[in-house]
Amino acid sequence: MKILAIDTSNQIMTVALTDDEGVVVEHTVNIKRNHSIQLMPAIEGIMKEAQWSPKDLTRIVVAKGPGSYTGVRIGVTVAKTLAFSLDIELVGVSSLKVLAANGSQIDGSYCVPIFDARRGNIYTGLYQYQNGELMQVEKDTHIASLKWAAYLENLEGPIQLLGPDRLKHMEVFKDMMKNDSDLPASQQYVRASVLAELGKAMAPVNKHLFEPEYLKLTEAEQNWIEEHPDFIKGGGWVEKL
Amino acid sequence: MKKKLILAIETSCDETSAAIIEEGKIILSNIVASQIKSHQRFGGVVPEVASRHHVEQITLIIEEALLEADVTYNELSAVAVTEGPGLVGALLVGVNAAKAIAFAHDLPLIAVNHIKGHIFANQLVKPLNFPIMSLVVSGGHTELIYMESEDSYEIIGETRDDAVGEAFDKIGRVLGVPYPGGRHIDQMAHEGKDTYDFPRAMIRDDNFDFSFSGLKSSFINTVHNAKQKNEKLDHNDLAASFQAAVIDVLVSKTIRAAKLKSVNQLVLSGGVAANKGLRTALKKAVAEELNDVELLIPPLELCGDNAAMIGAAAYINLKNKDYADYTLNGRPGLTV
Repeated sequence: MKILAIDTSNQIMTVALTDDEGVVVEHTVNIKRNHSIQLMPAIEGIMKEAQWSPKDLTRIVVAKGPGSYTGVRIGVTVAKTLAFSLDIELVGVSSLKVLAANGSQIDGSYCVPIFDARRGNIYTGLYQYQNGELMQVEKDTHIASLKWAAYLENLEGPIQLLGPDRLKHMEVFKDMMKNDSDLPASQQYVRASVLAELGKAMAPVNKHLFEPEYLKLTEAEQNWIEEHPDFIKGGGWVEKL
Repeated sequence: MKKKLILAIETSCDETSAAIIEEGKIILSNIVASQIKSHQRFGGVVPEVASRHHVEQITLIIEEALLEADVTYNELSAVAVTEGPGLVGALLVGVNAAKAIAFAHDLPLIAVNHIKGHIFANQLVKPLNFPIMSLVVSGGHTELIYMESEDSYEIIGETRDDAVGEAFDKIGRVLGVPYPGGRHIDQMAHEGKDTYDFPRAMIRDDNFDFSFSGLKSSFINTVHNAKQKNEKLDHNDLAASFQAAVIDVLVSKTIRAAKLKSVNQLVLSGGVAANKGLRTALKKAVAEELNDVELLIPPLELCGDNAAMIGAAAYINLKNKDYADYTLNGRPGLTV
């Protein structure tokens, strides 16, 4: 299986090519830049490096969110369009899971990825390595960091907080973390090779129906739904002319 | 020689569209998915909602354009996409999808200006015969553009405040018609008479610029004052009066501009080009006041945003080998 993996959900842009042996090329940039400008040249660059042509690819794996709405959309748009137009498989992996997978593989230890979501909120989830496999214990969520800290406090077992954004919320998590050591920087940043590994084992999705996992409705939609409680959820908002 | 086919993509606002265009002038397919129903919930386009719909639709629409035209990637000469102006998040979906297809199939990538696309919508009906004067009227634009040749653009007049379509939408809201208001106002105008004598802003000024915010205020004040006095106004007459004021200014300045530059064609385009009142008034004025100037008005389906017009405009780039690279980005404030 020849995989192209893409994660542009946050400031980091990371892309990788993997085959059955493992990583072939990986390119990770942690500089505040514009993913829309950088992503396609980065993909072109690693493909050249590996001397692969687009037709060699058999699967695209993308971090599907949550994260920056625009960032996630750029990665997902490129991934789904590539997969669709090359007629190859597409797999979406939670962006939080990609980060959680960086946690140390200690059985029973929780991996808690943190993305800042502004105004005291975070995107997070609860993961755990069980027999060497990363399992999801709690669904990914958008939550106030205070509320999440209170929840984590009641868990048995060590906790690994993950991601550069954890530092923005350290004040909230520090009591809960007092018995746990902070992981080294090398484990705090997402890498597309890890994403590729996670996506390798997953079942491909329907490319046309694939969309980002924002974990949050837009404010306009939220307000509208509150004003229309009888509304039954479903599509139909877009019509062909 | 093999016919040149372009796959064009347009996502600058609230329509996701893909088209296959042959030689810049023949439409093999032009698929348009409109989000109007969604944005009607909010009384106007919500940018984040628009971007989300584009991601949902993009590959479906592209696939349908290819299927309907019965064209495969191997037969394409280039992929074209709107780079701006428009909503940045919306533009990014089209731009990144276009880059992905160009890369996947090793095709040249062409960046197209949305405004130029509107003008070139006319090329899908009849060849443009330069020099031309073009009036572009939509929800985001009101511009008089002089084109001496196919790749020369000179803005000789533009709105100083609201775009004309925006003014229609705003007064539509005051009259309680659904978003977007233009079509409804146009219908109501046909049932009413121009009795309110709204101002024709800048109509005699020695320039080709427009202003619609004074007209909009005057309209709102009229409605507001009547409400306070408990007077009932005829909504059809209000619509007719508003529309007459808009059309008077647009038509008189456009005719004046066409005379000044002695053009071969006068070309109308943009969403507001679908307005029946404007189409009729411009036809009449051209017949009465301009000798030997041909008026081009696109059919209704090519007035609103669509990818066919982007494919028509992109053909100029294809001929000139004027290609974009993979750093192409959305440019929300792009001008011609």
